[in-house]
Amino acid sequence: MIRLWFKSGVPWIWLNAAAVSTCLIMIVGVLGLVAVRGVGHFWPHQVAQFSYQDEGKQPQVIIGEKVETSITPTAMAKSTGFIMADDEDTLVQYLIKTGNRDVTGTDFRWIQKRNIKEQSEPADMMVIERREWGNFYGQLLEVKENGKTIATGEQAWPVLQTKIDEALAIFKQITHLEKKEIGAINYGLERLRLKQRKLELKNSLDDAAKQEIAAEKASYDAEYKQYQVQLAELYQKIRRDSLVAKTESGSTKEIPLAKVVRAFQPNTMSLFDKIAHYGTKVVEFLTDDPREANTEGGIFPAIFGTVMMVMMMSVIVTPFGVIAAVYLREYAKQGFTTRLIRIAVNNLAGVPSVVYGVFGLGFFVYILGGNIDQLFFPEAAPAPVFGTPGLLWASITLALLTLPVVIVSTEEGLARIPSSIREGSLALGATKLETLWLTVLPMASPAMMTGLILAVARAAGEVAPLMLVGVVKLAPTLPLDGNFPFLHLDRKFMHLGFHIYDVGFQSPNVEAARPLVYATALLLVLVIIGLNLAAIIIRNNLREKYRALEG
Amino acid sequence: MTANVRSHSIDMSSVLRGKEVSQQPNETCIKVENLNLFYGEKQALHGINMEMQKKKVTAYIGPSGCGKSTLLRCINRMNDLVDSARIDGKILLDGENIYDKDVKVAALRRRVGMVFQKPNPFPKSIFENVAYGLRIQGVNDKRILEETVEKALRGAALWDEMKDRLNDNALGMSGGQQQRLVIARAIAIEPEVLLLDEPASALDPISTLKIEELINELKEKYTIVIVTHNMQQAARVSDYTAFMYMGELIEIGTTSELFTNPGKKQTEDYITGRYG
Repeated sequence: MIRLWFKSGVPWIWLNAAAVSTCLIMIVGVLGLVAVRGVGHFWPHQVAQFSYQDEGKQPQVIIGEKVETSITPTAMAKSTGFIMADDEDTLVQYLIKTGNRDVTGTDFRWIQKRNIKEQSEPADMMVIERREWGNFYGQLLEVKENGKTIATGEQAWPVLQTKIDEALAIFKQITHLEKKEIGAINYGLERLRLKQRKLELKNSLDDAAKQEIAAEKASYDAEYKQYQVQLAELYQKIRRDSLVAKTESGSTKEIPLAKVVRAFQPNTMSLFDKIAHYGTKVVEFLTDDPREANTEGGIFPAIFGTVMMVMMMSVIVTPFGVIAAVYLREYAKQGFTTRLIRIAVNNLAGVPSVVYGVFGLGFFVYILGGNIDQLFFPEAAPAPVFGTPGLLWASITLALLTLPVVIVSTEEGLARIPSSIREGSLALGATKLETLWLTVLPMASPAMMTGLILAVARAAGEVAPLMLVGVVKLAPTLPLDGNFPFLHLDRKFMHLGFHIYDVGFQSPNVEAARPLVYATALLLVLVIIGLNLAAIIIRNNLREKYRALEG
Repeated sequence: MTANVRSHSIDMSSVLRGKEVSQQPNETCIKVENLNLFYGEKQALHGINMEMQKKKVTAYIGPSGCGKSTLLRCINRMNDLVDSARIDGKILLDGENIYDKDVKVAALRRRVGMVFQKPNPFPKSIFENVAYGLRIQGVNDKRILEETVEKALRGAALWDEMKDRLNDNALGMSGGQQQRLVIARAIAIEPEVLLLDEPASALDPISTLKIEELINELKEKYTIVIVTHNMQQAARVSDYTAFMYMGELIEIGTTSELFTNPGKKQTEDYITGRYG
């Protein structure tokens, strides 16, 4: 019976099906975990107020969000030093995000459920997101303008909201002035300095050139002074208002509105308010710069850097890979040497990526970049231009890393094109080159796209080599901006993969950053899916077009 | 199988009846002199000598592997693509040896067009398929292209079927249409010689008939060499027939003579179906 059953192939089918289901469950599990943990972070949680007393200590009030629950069996709790009563079989503890790091020194604390005397969710509990020191939890007492109280009690909240909006508008102006306008001036001044230095090095800095440079410098300086006046005004305005709030310990705390990103009272928010709040938080996450050592704010520079780097890599790797594959398949005499080259190419794909990073740093950055600097940018010395990790070197290193994939799939695509098509073209009097360009390469383009898709998938997820050749924790400027020549290949950039590592493991405030790790991971997956989808759509269009005599 | 072939040979007289060798003066177009071809160590063609007449159809018949396609592919130097192939001897096209060192292969292939056994249209539009040869020659004038494409499609008896579908992908056509498209593609560059390598073997009977009618029309303008397995087809379309066996040319003569009064025993055995 059993033998018959085995022979029928049923167990084999079950085994296959089980393998597929396991894979699916794992993938869904990973994505689900990341999605749930990451996406939940932006939801405004209720803020609770606990009356709490640990044994033998003063009673105290704790305000914060319940983040996590941990249940420990009695035996284990006892062994770690908790005093347990006989009738307790578990020790339940809550992790509370209490914020107020500037007051208490920590953002989080564990409390024991059994020691909570009372728990409530007062309506006027307020969360303030700040530019420094993390969240603040407390109750609003009054709003001040120029040090004078202008609203207290019930009226304070609406007044605070309008004041915050004003402050935010001013803050936006300040950022714009500092980053865009003054940034452009600094960039211009630096270019002037380099120009002068270059002329000096060439010994052709005559009076006319000096005057010209001085004139330009003067105009920049004048512009700068003007902006400084404006800035000073704005700073004065933004520093005018502040709020006073009561902390959990009952003390009062004055917070200047210049430091406030937003204030909200989650306990009174309706579902619709919460959804709106969630929406703005997600948009902020996607479009803003990071704050507070990357643990707050957005990750736009990382998204931008990742996409930019992958695109640069694609632009570099595709022509190289395709040309190499065409030579190997179409021109090179097939034999021992080509076989050796193919084996070498395939083995390149198996080299650990960090090795590429080391190579990129040693060869591209130091040797190539160093020489480029000596040859073309002597005026910038001793500061390096290309002799330091940056976008260009990262893209080239990753292009090298993904080159085997593109070569192999392009070669496969070329091999699949029926010889009858080549002969048809040759029989019409086309040369080999014309045949390649007009029929063979277009027909192999879906295969090239497949190679590119694999390359993108691999490159976008790579972190290790990037840490050596161009990624940084915080890049002050994007590699693409409004200053000539717009695309700054020498700049360092941020990357989602590295951002995950940095926020998750290098952050001073790991607890606070953990949800962001999940959110960033989710985003990285989405970005890679997006890039892949784009490539897949292009490939399918090409396939449709060159539906090569497969039938 | 043998029975089938024998019945072919019985039909042959009816096929040949009424077929006259045209009265046009004969003029040699292609002359093969002492052609030997080796694939590596193996010799595939042994000392072939033959002539093919201008604006006539010459058919190569013979059992599979006898070298007829190989010989055909020598005429436009398609065998150059096979790394191991080595050729000695001469093929004269209008008196010039096409294996001379200074002959440009691409230019030769413009003069000697070829149609393969399996239709091989490019994955492009019908128009672009026919215009391909012209575009290679650098013709990009839209009017000239349109005129030539129309002329070629008319020449291949495809125009009426395809004139409204010129921008459709050629891979959407039926096998027979594809094969006629490939012929249109070949005649669009106005070659002198057309080589047809079993052009109808992958097609259904009706498409085959159309191709044969087409060959009859095309010989007004082109010298045609056709390889075929089907002896009836050879009898129907060709003026001259060459019988090959084991890489050697056994016999060549006018079609009616070769089929009704073969000079060699081997030829007779083959066309009466005793082997092959």
